[in-house]
Amino acid sequence: MIEIKDVHFTYPTGVEALKGVSLSIRNGEFVAVMGQNGAGKTTLVKQFNGLLKPTKGDVLVDGVNTRDISVAQLARKVGFVFQNPDHQLFSETVEEEVAFALKNFGFKQDTIERRITWALNLLNLTEYRKTSPFMLSGGERKRVALASVLAWNPKVVILDEPTIGQDHRQKETLRQFIVQLNAQGKTVVIVTHDVEFVAECNPRVVLMTQGQIVADGEAKRILTNPNIALKASIVSPQITQIFQGLTDLGLPTDVIDVSEAKKILIEYLEEERGKR
Amino acid sequence: MSVFEGFRFRHVSSPIHRLDPRVKFLFVLVMFVAAVLFYELLPLLVLFFIPVPFVLVAGVQRQWLRSLRGAMFLAVFLLVFNLVFGFLSPGTIPWGMSPIEYASAMFLRFLVLVESFSIFFLTTSPDHLSLALEQSHVPYEFTFAFTTAVRFVPVLAEEAQTIMDAQKARGLELERGNFMKRVRNYIPILIPLIVSAIRRSLELAEAMESRAWGAAKKRTNLYVLKLRRGDATLIIMSIILLAMALYVRNFVSPLPTITSLLPK
Repeated sequence: MIEIKDVHFTYPTGVEALKGVSLSIRNGEFVAVMGQNGAGKTTLVKQFNGLLKPTKGDVLVDGVNTRDISVAQLARKVGFVFQNPDHQLFSETVEEEVAFALKNFGFKQDTIERRITWALNLLNLTEYRKTSPFMLSGGERKRVALASVLAWNPKVVILDEPTIGQDHRQKETLRQFIVQLNAQGKTVVIVTHDVEFVAECNPRVVLMTQGQIVADGEAKRILTNPNIALKASIVSPQITQIFQGLTDLGLPTDVIDVSEAKKILIEYLEEERGKR
Repeated sequence: MSVFEGFRFRHVSSPIHRLDPRVKFLFVLVMFVAAVLFYELLPLLVLFFIPVPFVLVAGVQRQWLRSLRGAMFLAVFLLVFNLVFGFLSPGTIPWGMSPIEYASAMFLRFLVLVESFSIFFLTTSPDHLSLALEQSHVPYEFTFAFTTAVRFVPVLAEEAQTIMDAQKARGLELERGNFMKRVRNYIPILIPLIVSAIRRSLELAEAMESRAWGAAKKRTNLYVLKLRRGDATLIIMSIILLAMALYVRNFVSPLPTITSLLPK
């Protein structure tokens, strides 16, 4: 779906944000791009929909080089939800906000109506259809931004820092929503710092530091590897930290999931009780 | 955006940069008054070239030219507008002038205004400027508002870029359609920009108040502006320029037109 071949990118200010990145994302994959601030995460995903074009190397989306196609054309396939919803909301009503992209892509009026209803329903926003997006709370504004992208049903959805400014319940809703989207066959890419969130989703993790990919693979393998974590200055999930502190009890160290941890602990405790 | 580039200060040192901002402002003011006094092409042409040596000494010619280029759109608009009205209703232009000469003079007057303000902002740091305002007894609240506005221009420019990206990612094509459509294309950019600027200013105000802004009734400064020899020279030059402009305006009349000076 997305093919990145030895991409270098330097900003006009002279900052070299990507130094030879190669990556291949298959159709229907769920990828989390992680790494510390300034590692080049956002710069990388902005290559996916052509907002930034590589200074060297190529980015192919569905076989088409991003250099040969406009952002608007690429956006039809690759939806990008920005970190701050306030950078895109401008309409008088939520409904019009969601219709904006659909109109840009030239959908027919009755299709637009149908898509709005569908997207608002999907994100639990139906009651705000005629409300001004500026009257909504932060979390709701974020959902409107998400609805406005999902409405045109892009093949790939990129979410830049989706968990920032969301309370725990909203995060959980978001997580279920993303997993569900992915289960329906959509390619999902999230950019995030939130280790706990990633641990719960268990996607493929692409870890970046200083403009390069330092690790790529299963979340379980990467988030529990202390060497990799140190190199990219991320902290393992709390559950993993507990298990890594309990190695002398003979417990595994690569646990990131709470329910898995519960199962292992119960088994261990029952075994201990049996011995006594 | 290139017109803003021509007003953005960069830290360099030159005799012009070191001049007292108040004196520089006086000079700009004199240029301004002189430009408004004349509607004839010849004096405006002279005025246009007066700041050139300053630009060269300060070494800011690249940015200065860029600001002129940025102003060109509006300047050409003025030229065309004045030409059209000059030919349609000749009564609106001063007696004895050809519409072409009058329109060119208005074009040049605008450029004179832009160039003198541009050189002022190019060679005066925002800190220096606020110092000048403060020591000219402008209330600190106003000074602060002014310098904050200047300082936030690059921040806003960056934000505008992000907003443009966000809307492009939703299929907005800025360069599509006729003129009116293109203007309307900017609405999805301007509204989020204004909204977030207002939000940002409220946040800034709260952050400042929680750090006891305005608690001290009397403020002192680490640096105090003092007039030096260069400043005195520029003051004298400004006064001479103003006096000459007033003299020519009131006692030399009529001023020769360019066409009468050209060899037949």
